[in-house]
Amino acid sequence: MSHLRVELRQRAEELVALYPRPRSAMLPLLHLAQEQDGYVSVEGIAEVAELTGTTPADVRGTAAFYDMLHLEPVGKYVVGICTNIACLLAGGLELLDHASSTLGCSVGSTSDNGLFTLEETECLADCNFAPCVQVNHRFVRTTTPETFDGLVGELREGRRDHDIPVHGTLLRVRRSGGLHASKSEIATEREEAKAARAKREGEKK
Amino acid sequence: MTDVKSGVTISVNGRSLEAAPGELVIEAAERAGHYVPRFCYHPRMEPVGMCRMCLVEVDGPRGATLQPACYIKVHDGMTVVTDSEKVKKAQDGVLEFLLANHPLDCPVCDKGGECPLQDQTLTHGSGETRFVEEKRHFVKPIEIGELVLLDRERCIQCARCTRFSAEVSGDTEIAFSGRGDQIEVAPSPTTPFDSTFSGNTVQICPVGALTAKPYRFSARPWDLEQVESTCTTCAVGCRVAVQSSGNRLTRVLGVDSEPVNHGWLCDKGRFTLDSIDGNEASLDPLSAASRLREPLVRMNGVLTPTTWGEALARAATILQDAAQVPGGVGAIGGAALTNEGAFAWERFVRGVLGSDNLDAQYGDGLDGALIQALPKATIDEAANARVVVTLTGDLREELPVLLLRLRENFIKRENALVEFAFASSGLHSLARVSMPVRPGEAHLVAEALTRSDGTVLKGSNVTESELNETRRLLGESGEGVVFIVGRPNFAEDAGVMERAIRVLAEKFTAAKFLPAHRRANVVGALDMGLGPKLRPGRGYAANDEGRTTLQQLEALRTGEQKAVLLLGCLLGNVLDVDGASAALEAGGVVVVSGHGGKTLAYADVVLPAAVQHERHGTVTNIEGRVTAVTAKIVAPGSAWSDVNIAAELAEQCGQSLGLFSDVECAKVIEETVGYPALSVLNDVSDEGAVVGRDRERVERRPLDPMAFPGIRSTNMAGLGEFSGAVAEEEASPSPSPIGATLSEISAGRGVEVPAFDAYALALNVSRHLYDHGVAVQGSPALANLVARTTAYLNHFDLDRLGLVTGDVVDVTGPTVTLSLPVALSDETPRGTLNVVFASIDENGDDTSRSLVDPSSAITQVRLKTK
Amino acid sequence: MATLEAPRIVTARTGYDDSFTLARFLATGGYEGLRKALTMFPEDVALEVDEASLLGRGGAGFPAGRKWSMLRKSPVSYLVVNGDESEPATFKDHLLLERDPHQIIEGIIISAYALQVSQVFFYVRGEFALGLERVQQAVNDAYEHGALGSKIFGSDFSLDIVVHPGAGAYICGDETALLESLEGKRGFPRIKPPFFPAVSGLYGEPTVVNNVETMSNIPWIVLNGGEAFAALGAGRSTGTRLFALAGRVKNPGVFEVEMVKNTFRDLIYDPKLGGGLLDGHTIKAFVPGGVSAPWFGPELLDTPLGQDEVGEKGSMLGSGSVIVFDETTCVVRAAWRITKFFARESCGECTPCREGSGWIERVMYRMEHGGGRVEDLELLLDLCDNIAPGLGWPPQQTTICPLGPSIPSSVTRAISMFRSEFISHVQKGGCPFD
Ligand SMILES: Cc1cc2nc3c(=O)[nH]c(=O)nc-3n(C[C@H](O)[C@H](O)[C@H](O)COP(=O)(O)O)c2cc1C
Ligand code: SF4
Ligand code: FES
Repeated sequence: MSHLRVELRQRAEELVALYPRPRSAMLPLLHLAQEQDGYVSVEGIAEVAELTGTTPADVRGTAAFYDMLHLEPVGKYVVGICTNIACLLAGGLELLDHASSTLGCSVGSTSDNGLFTLEETECLADCNFAPCVQVNHRFVRTTTPETFDGLVGELREGRRDHDIPVHGTLLRVRRSGGLHASKSEIATEREEAKAARAKREGEKK
Repeated sequence: MTDVKSGVTISVNGRSLEAAPGELVIEAAERAGHYVPRFCYHPRMEPVGMCRMCLVEVDGPRGATLQPACYIKVHDGMTVVTDSEKVKKAQDGVLEFLLANHPLDCPVCDKGGECPLQDQTLTHGSGETRFVEEKRHFVKPIEIGELVLLDRERCIQCARCTRFSAEVSGDTEIAFSGRGDQIEVAPSPTTPFDSTFSGNTVQICPVGALTAKPYRFSARPWDLEQVESTCTTCAVGCRVAVQSSGNRLTRVLGVDSEPVNHGWLCDKGRFTLDSIDGNEASLDPLSAASRLREPLVRMNGVLTPTTWGEALARAATILQDAAQVPGGVGAIGGAALTNEGAFAWERFVRGVLGSDNLDAQYGDGLDGALIQALPKATIDEAANARVVVTLTGDLREELPVLLLRLRENFIKRENALVEFAFASSGLHSLARVSMPVRPGEAHLVAEALTRSDGTVLKGSNVTESELNETRRLLGESGEGVVFIVGRPNFAEDAGVMERAIRVLAEKFTAAKFLPAHRRANVVGALDMGLGPKLRPGRGYAANDEGRTTLQQLEALRTGEQKAVLLLGCLLGNVLDVDGASAALEAGGVVVVSGHGGKTLAYADVVLPAAVQHERHGTVTNIEGRVTAVTAKIVAPGSAWSDVNIAAELAEQCGQSLGLFSDVECAKVIEETVGYPALSVLNDVSDEGAVVGRDRERVERRPLDPMAFPGIRSTNMAGLGEFSGAVAEEEASPSPSPIGATLSEISAGRGVEVPAFDAYALALNVSRHLYDHGVAVQGSPALANLVARTTAYLNHFDLDRLGLVTGDVVDVTGPTVTLSLPVALSDETPRGTLNVVFASIDENGDDTSRSLVDPSSAITQVRLKTK
Repeated sequence: MATLEAPRIVTARTGYDDSFTLARFLATGGYEGLRKALTMFPEDVALEVDEASLLGRGGAGFPAGRKWSMLRKSPVSYLVVNGDESEPATFKDHLLLERDPHQIIEGIIISAYALQVSQVFFYVRGEFALGLERVQQAVNDAYEHGALGSKIFGSDFSLDIVVHPGAGAYICGDETALLESLEGKRGFPRIKPPFFPAVSGLYGEPTVVNNVETMSNIPWIVLNGGEAFAALGAGRSTGTRLFALAGRVKNPGVFEVEMVKNTFRDLIYDPKLGGGLLDGHTIKAFVPGGVSAPWFGPELLDTPLGQDEVGEKGSMLGSGSVIVFDETTCVVRAAWRITKFFARESCGECTPCREGSGWIERVMYRMEHGGGRVEDLELLLDLCDNIAPGLGWPPQQTTICPLGPSIPSSVTRAISMFRSEFISHVQKGGCPFD
C-alpha cells in the first residue's frame, strides 16, 4: 500500500517516467515525500526505494547527503539565516542570534510550539539583501531585527500563507508540457532531418 | 591473473617494466616490488580512489602530477614515481588527516595488532600528532545488524563495506549517510544489516570500525594460531583461514582463492564456530547443540558413558549379527565426512559387513550416478558462462558464495541468467528470463525447451515468449551454457528434477552442468562410493541392488533390515520424521557423530567423532574440486576421526581396513582409485585438483594484508609436519575413472505427477540458510536468525484469497493442519505455496515438513482463511 | 571610469517587473534567436558560438564552443544545464533564473539544436523555490508556445527539457557531482579520468554541461553573430559578463559589464556600479572570483576584469563574484568563515578535503576565539600544502575535485597578506576587532 497520498503517488510515477533510469527521480521524489510529511519519514524512504528500484539504506544515505532533506520532523516554517562571507560582513551572525531569541529556539532546533526550526545556512545567493533570510526556501529579505520580527509576527498569524507554504512544498508549478517520444523515434527523426538538409545543400550547389 | 605478455612498457622509479594493458598502476608497481600504501583499494572490488593514500607522481601533459595509483591504468610509456619527496609528503599528509579524527583506542580495539591503519602509521607515519582539537564523537558501538557492530568514530570512510554491500552482495543494506567529516555508514532504520554476507564487511574493514559480535573482545591477534582449510558448512568449498587461541576456535576468515571464493564467505560459514565445540551448557545428548565427547551405550534403556573398547564391541556385535541376513544391515549418512572418512566407511560397509546398502543422502538430493554422469562445469566456468540456467533452490540460501560468483557474471560481463523460478531467489532481479515453474512441472518445461515448434505449456504459468527467449539463448546445442541443477523442492519427487536434467543433458550436448548439492561434502561422499551403485573414485556398478536411505528406512520398518549404521544424525534431515523414528525404533542403531540430536533416542551405541577443524583430510566441492581440510584444534574428550573409528570397528569384526590414519587413507585413495587425495593434502601452494581434469596450477595472488587483514599467511594448507613422512612417493593421480554414461543409468527416465487440484495449492518446501540444524542450534550468535515458518504466496494468490502479509491462515496437508502467517513472495509462482524446511514456528517447533505427503510426487495443500 | 557602452546582453530585460513572463519575453525579441537558429545548420550555429569565444560562466571558464566541438566526434546524448549556483557571494544565476527564465530556455534550445540533443536536464538549486517555479512555468509556456516539444516552430527539431530540483549541497555545482546527483545518488564528484563529461557523462553517455549564464548569452550570439560578441572585451575574454558584487560596498548587486575594458576598481567604485565603499571606509582586500579564489590587495584594483588578466596575477575570475573587505573586516574571521563553508560543504569522499577542511576550520576558529598559538601559522600552511601541494597557482591537488584546493586559497592568502593580524590575535588572546 502506498504511503504517499493518491495524488502525490501519481505525481511520483510521472516523475519516474521523466528519466531514462528511475533512480534519477530520487531527489524530486524525496522532495515529494517531504512535501507530504514535512520531513523524509521512514515510510517515505521505503516508498522512494520502491519507486526508484533501490533499497531503504541507499535512499536514506542519499537523502542524508542533502541539507534540504530532513530525516527528523522540523517546524512548519524552517527559517534559514545565512552567515557566510557576504552576510557575515553585514551582520549575519548577529541577526542569527536575534532570531534565536525571537523564535525561542537555538540554531538547529525547533521551537516548542513546533512552528519554527532555525538554521544557520551557507550562502543563499541573495547577497545584495544581506544578511539573507529564507523561510521554507522563500526569500523574505528581512535584513534587520525589526523587519525580521515583523515577518515572524505575520507568520504566527498565518498572514503569509499565500507566498510561504508550509515546509516541504517546493514547487507549486507542475510540469504541463513535455515530449514523450522514444529515443529511437527521435533518432529516426534526426536522420531524416540530416538527410533533408544534405539534399537542400546539394540543391543549393 | 594478468597476462603481461602482449603488454605495455611503463617506467616505475626509473626502472622500466612490462604491464598488462588496463592494469592498475598500484598492481603493476607492486609486482615490480614498489609497494604503494593504500586503504580504500581492494583487489576484489572496483577502485574508487577515495582515500588518496596511494598518490604517486604520474607524468602528464602538464608535468608530473599526483594521481591515485589504485585508480589510474597503465599506458605505454607512462612514467611513475612512487618514492619521491613529493609523494612521501602527500602520503604522510593523508595518513595524518586519517588519524586526525581517529580515536587512539588501539589497546581495546579488536583490530589492534592486525590493523592496516596501525601498520601503515608505524611504517609511514610521523609518530607524533599535531592535532590538538577535539575529535569527532559518536555514541559508542551501534548494532547495525544481528552480527555486526559499528564504531563510527573509528571509520576512515574507505567505502569498502558499502561497496561490498552494493557491488558484491548486491543487497545495499548499508550505505554512506551524511556529508563531509560527518559521513557515517548506516543501515536503513527499517531493515537492519542482516545480509547473508555481512561478516565480509568486518573482514575487509581496514580499521576496527566494523566488528563481529561473536568475535568481539574474544582474542588478541597475537594469541592466535592459524591454519588454512576449506569451509564445509555447505558444498561450495570456500577456502578459509581457521584461527584458534589455544584449543579454542576463535575466528574463520575467507582466503582469496581464485577459482572459488575470492576471499568471501557467508555468515553461516564464518560464524558457526560455536557449534563445533558444542554448547557447553547443553549436556543433553538429544540436543543438537551438544557435543559428543565419549562413547555411549544403551544400558537398561539409558545411554551411558563407556570405554571405546566396550562401545566398539557392542557396535560390532549389532552390525555383524544383522549382517548375517542378506541385506540385513546398511549405513545412512556421511555427507559431513572427509573423503578419507567416507572411503573408510565405504570399505567397512561393503568390505567388512558385505552390504551395498549405503547412502550419504537423505532422500532430499538427486541421484548420485546421474549427477556424476553429467558433463561438469567449474564454478569459474559458470561465473563466465554466456548463459546460466538455474534449476535449483535459492542459491543465496543454499550455496551463498556461489551466488556472489554468479552475480559478477551477470553484472560485470552482462551474461544471461535464465531461472526456473520455484520460489524466492537471490538472483531474481538479475534474470534475463524467469520462468515461474510450479511443483511437478520442471520436466515439462525442460521438454518444452527442447522442442523448437513453439510449444506452449497448457495450464502452466510459463509463457510462450519466455520459452522462446530461453530457446534462443540456449541455441541448438547449448554451447556456452551452464545448467546449475539442484533440488529446489523437498515436497516434490526427485524424479521430476532428474527427468528435467536428463532431458536437458540429452538435448544440449555441448552444455555443462554444475550440481547444486548443498550439504558439506556430499559430493566427496558420493565419489567415495557412499551411494547405491556408486564406487570409490566415481565408479559405477550397474548390478548393485543397494538400498537408498528411504528404502533402508522402509526395510527397517518391515524388519527386512535389522540394523543401521548412522554416519551423522538422521532425524533432522528427513521429511518423514515419524516414519524414520519408527524405523530406528524397529532396528539396531549404531550412531557415529560429533553432535547429539533427537536421533540418539533410538541409538544402541554412540561413537563420538571428530568434526570440521579437528581433522585432516580432503573434501570435494560441487565442481569436483578436491581441497585439503586441516585440523586446527584437538577434538574434545575422546572423540576420534572417522577413519580410526572405521578401522577399529573393522578390527573388532576381525578384519583390517588397511587404513591407520587420515593421511594413510588419503594415500590409499590416490593409489587405488586414482582420485586426488594425498597429493592435494601435501600441496601447500595451490587450489586443489578438479576430479576428471588435468591438474592445473592456479597461481595464487600473494596475500595482501591490506585487503585481507587478520590472515597471517596463506598456502598453509596441507600437512606441513606430515609431508616429509608420506610424501616421498607422492602419487600423481591420473584422471579418475568416470563411472557411468547417461544412457546406462536409470534416474530421470520417467515420473508420474498427479493432476493439479484447482482448489489446492501445490507445496514447495525450500531451504533457508539459517535453518534449525546443528550449525545454527549450536551457535548462539545465529540463533535469532532462524527462519520463522511462514506461508509464502504470490500477490495474485494473496489478492484472490483476500490476504495481506501477516494474516494467519490454516494450511492443511494430508495429515496435519498448521496455523501459519502468510507473506508476499512474488518469486513464488501462482498456485504455489512455499514454506521453509526446518524453520520454526512461534513455539520454536520445527513443523513445516509435516505438511509433505511422502507418498505422492507432489504435495497439494488447502488453505483456509481465518 | 568604467566603460559602459557595451550592450546589455543577458540583463536587457531584467528591469521590467514582468520580465519573467512569456508575454514580456516575446515583446522584447524573445525566441527570435531560436527562430533564426532553426534556419541554420546545427554546425553553423555551433560555429558562431565558437567564433564568439564564449567562455563558460560557471567558474572554470572553458570555452563553450570548444566544449561542444569535443563532442562532434561522438553524438551527444544529453545537455545538462547547471543552475546550482552556490559559490558564496555569487548571485548572478539566481537573478537570471528568477528574472529571465525564457532567455535561458531559448539559449538551451538553440544549444541543444547545435548539439543535436533531444533531452535536456536543467538542474536548479533546490533553495531557489521561486526560481524553480518561474523556470518550470517558463518551460510549460515554451511548450505551449511551440518553442519546445515536438517539431519546434514547425522545424524538424524536437526537444524535451526536464527541470530537476537540487536539494541543498554546494558540491553538486561541480559538474561531475551534479551528474551523480542527477542520477539520484549522493553528490560525490567523479574521479578523473575521464576528465570531461563529453567522454562519459550522464549514465556514462557523452554529455555537455553548461552554466545558466553561458546559456543566456546564446540567443544574442545567434542573433548578432559570434563576431559581434567577440568584438566586445579583449583577448580570450569576450563579451560582457555578470559580476556579483557584495561585501562592504554601497551598492551590492549584479552588474553586467564588458570584460577586460573594465577593472575591479571600475566595478567597485563607479557610481553606476558598486558606488564605492560604505561611507567613511577604505578597502582592505577583495576576493576577485568567488571564495575559491585567492584574495587580492588594493594594489591589484586596476587589474582588468578578464580571465587571463586575473589568472596572471595569481587568482581567478571564477564565478564572477567580487567581495570587498574594508578596514573593519577581521581577515581571520573572514578566512575562518570561508573555511567553515568548505568544511560544511566538503562532500567527504576524499581524505585531504574531508579531514583537512575540518581541521583547518577548527584551528582558525581557535585562533579567532583566542586560543591561537604562533606555531599554528606554520601548521595551517602545512595542512594547506597537504591539500594543494606547493600552494601555487593554478593549484595542484591531492584531492579528487577542485573543492579541495579551494580551501587553502583564503587561509594562505590571509596569512601571507596579513600575518601581523594573525599574530595580534595570538598575542591579544582574542580578536582585536571585537
Ligand atoms: C566545487 C565546485 C562548484 C561549482 N559550482 C558551480 C555552480 O554552482 N554553477 C556552475 O555553473 N558551475 C559550477 N562549477 C563549475 C562546473 O563544474 C562546470 O565547470 C560548469 O557548470 C560548466 O559550465 P560552463 O562551461 O558553462 O561554465 C563548480 C565547480 C566546482 C569544482
Ligand atoms: S575534494 Fe572535497 S568535495 Fe571534492 S571530492 Fe574530495 S571530499 Fe569531495
Ligand atoms: S585512493 Fe588509492 S587506495 Fe585509496
